[in-house]
Amino acid sequence: MFKKLALSTLTALTLSAGTALAAGGAGHVHDEQFSFEGPFGKFDQNQLQRGLQVYTEVCSSCHGLKYVPLRTLADEGGPHLPEDQVRAYSEQNFEAYDEELEDFRPAKPTDFFPESNDPNAPDLSLMAKARAGFHGPLGTGISQLVNGMGGAEYIASILTSYNGKEKEEAGTVFYGNDAFPGGWIAMAPPLYGEDVEYADGHSNDLHHEAVDVSAFLMWAAEPKMMARQRAGFVAVLFLSVLSVLLYLTNKKLWKPIKQGAKKA
Amino acid sequence: MSGIPHDHYEPKTGFEKWVHERLPIVGLVYDTLMIPTPKNLNWMWIWGIVLAFCLGLQIVTGIILAMHYTPHVDLAFASVEHIMRDVNAGHMIRYLHMNGASLFFVAVYLHIFRGLFYGSYKSPREITWIIGMLIYLCMMGTAFMGYVLPWGQMSFWGATVITGLFGAIPFIGDALQTWLLGGPAVDNATLNRFFSLHYLLPFVIAALVVVHIWAFHNTGNNNPSGVEVRRGSKAEAEKDTVPFFPYYVIKDVFALAVILAVFFAIVGFMPNYLGHPDNYIEANPLATPAHIVPEWYFLPFYAILRAFTSEVWIVQFASFVTGGIIDAKFFGVLAMFGAIAVMALAPWLDTSSVRSGRYRPMFKWWFYLLLLDFMLLMWLGAMPAEEPYATFSLIASAYWFAYFLVILPLLGVIEKPQTPVATIEDDFNAHYGKAKAESGASASTPAE
Repeated sequence: MFKKLALSTLTALTLSAGTALAAGGAGHVHDEQFSFEGPFGKFDQNQLQRGLQVYTEVCSSCHGLKYVPLRTLADEGGPHLPEDQVRAYSEQNFEAYDEELEDFRPAKPTDFFPESNDPNAPDLSLMAKARAGFHGPLGTGISQLVNGMGGAEYIASILTSYNGKEKEEAGTVFYGNDAFPGGWIAMAPPLYGEDVEYADGHSNDLHHEAVDVSAFLMWAAEPKMMARQRAGFVAVLFLSVLSVLLYLTNKKLWKPIKQGAKKA
Repeated sequence: MSGIPHDHYEPKTGFEKWVHERLPIVGLVYDTLMIPTPKNLNWMWIWGIVLAFCLGLQIVTGIILAMHYTPHVDLAFASVEHIMRDVNAGHMIRYLHMNGASLFFVAVYLHIFRGLFYGSYKSPREITWIIGMLIYLCMMGTAFMGYVLPWGQMSFWGATVITGLFGAIPFIGDALQTWLLGGPAVDNATLNRFFSLHYLLPFVIAALVVVHIWAFHNTGNNNPSGVEVRRGSKAEAEKDTVPFFPYYVIKDVFALAVILAVFFAIVGFMPNYLGHPDNYIEANPLATPAHIVPEWYFLPFYAILRAFTSEVWIVQFASFVTGGIIDAKFFGVLAMFGAIAVMALAPWLDTSSVRSGRYRPMFKWWFYLLLLDFMLLMWLGAMPAEEPYATFSLIASAYWFAYFLVILPLLGVIEKPQTPVATIEDDFNAHYGKAKAESGASASTPAE
């Protein structure tokens, strides 16, 4: 039994090796401790709210979050803003195109976050999942499992790994970034530290801002993570108990047959 | 139905007789469930049930996903995000479907290699084996088309690369590719037909599964000793077998529960581990990903496809002989499909008189090497097409073909197999009788 399980695990590992490596590059991504890591990890509501603030005041000037409905900001397990705050936030920060008015109007909670303003700025809705595959060793993704490293670490690393170098190629300025594959990124350093004022008095140095917005983007990409982990935990628990019962049933069932062998 | 003598369903009440005379469906179910099954089956015989479960899981979750999914190039990616965010439990259903495909292939590979080791493909089970290979081909087609539906970057570029293989066929290739895609490139027409076929093929698989089960219920199961059940009389057969229900139903369900515990741990805690992150980027025909990699279960055959480049002598030779009709690309396609074809032909390539690998001292090692070769090909399929991976791929591909085309036929001639046990009963007793006797003797306590 265990041999077979080990075999299937090995198969799985061998394989994903490839997938992880293929997406990879040589940039250095450092590990961060996020509250949502591990089997029982949870999103930190305050951190998500701070990350939302960084996103709104900095990132959203170029990037979009077009798959994220504004109403989900009120979701439990997410930023969990009160509903009136979500309404006020939507109206104050974003506009949505209304087909009946044939014009733009202030956004409502039923709208989605806007798309990217800058066509060169990718949408960030799923970035934390789309950038999760850069891990070794040998592309097995084992370090991802052991360290809990994923797309959130990648985003935080990109935001904090600008090395101050610049170069111009074909009219585009590239910025030196030690985390970005290839080492040069077209995005100017978006955060320098103290870019936003947190209402809760939390430190707003570069590292904290980067980690907060990364956590927020992880939630944006995988808002149902906590529900999924809960369901997975209940399923594993149930199946473990069921396995034990079935094991005992099977043993008892086969006992007369196996005892028959003893007599023979 | 089975050739092994056993009890059949006897309608007792008047109503049962009335039904049985008109439609013997209860008898069919009874005979199917109560089929005499060799009592020495080991844990490698559980994968059939796991596979049946996977087919059911994929069909049920798939039908629900289809209720919320939109097969249109502008809407497909967003509709998957709609499932992930807005549909009740949609994220769970989609992750079950996504990882269910992986479980399906883990199980089918173990099931196939089980058959290859214990000689399950040999006479009289050739048709069971061939039907199994057809199921496997349908699974690959279904999985490939299903992977295109989320319309992510790997969906699009995977579809472009794989349908491009048909373009490599001489003379008719371009026309065939256009016909398959419904246009000059992967686009809305392609997505629509893939959705349609992805919905259809699982039911074709279900029908083939019925034939697969029918075929081996007729010949009886193979077993680790490779010795046939004695069929002289019912009493004799009963010494070698137990009824499938309840003995193997409970054993298989136990195994399934353990496997599902692992499966749900993956779905719950690392559902994207086996997928490619690039598929969370919407398909963009203008941006080619750095490495286009298929899903893990296609990697061994993808490695074989890529192994035969124009620098390989056999490719140059084939090209020279055919006057350039078989170029490197077409050779790769032939090699990939050939790799599955030689496996399907195993019943006729294996010349050994002994069925089970357990009694074949030389075969064992070649078989273990084949397993390693398969793993190696899987890893190589994910590596970029450059040295040293290209050379390794070529060697590993060559071994795959050599195993089926050279080693299997030759071993039957040069290998001296051990004598298998006389009966399944002897095999079972040797395993449990002896172990029991030894432990009983050493413990020196009175029997229970």
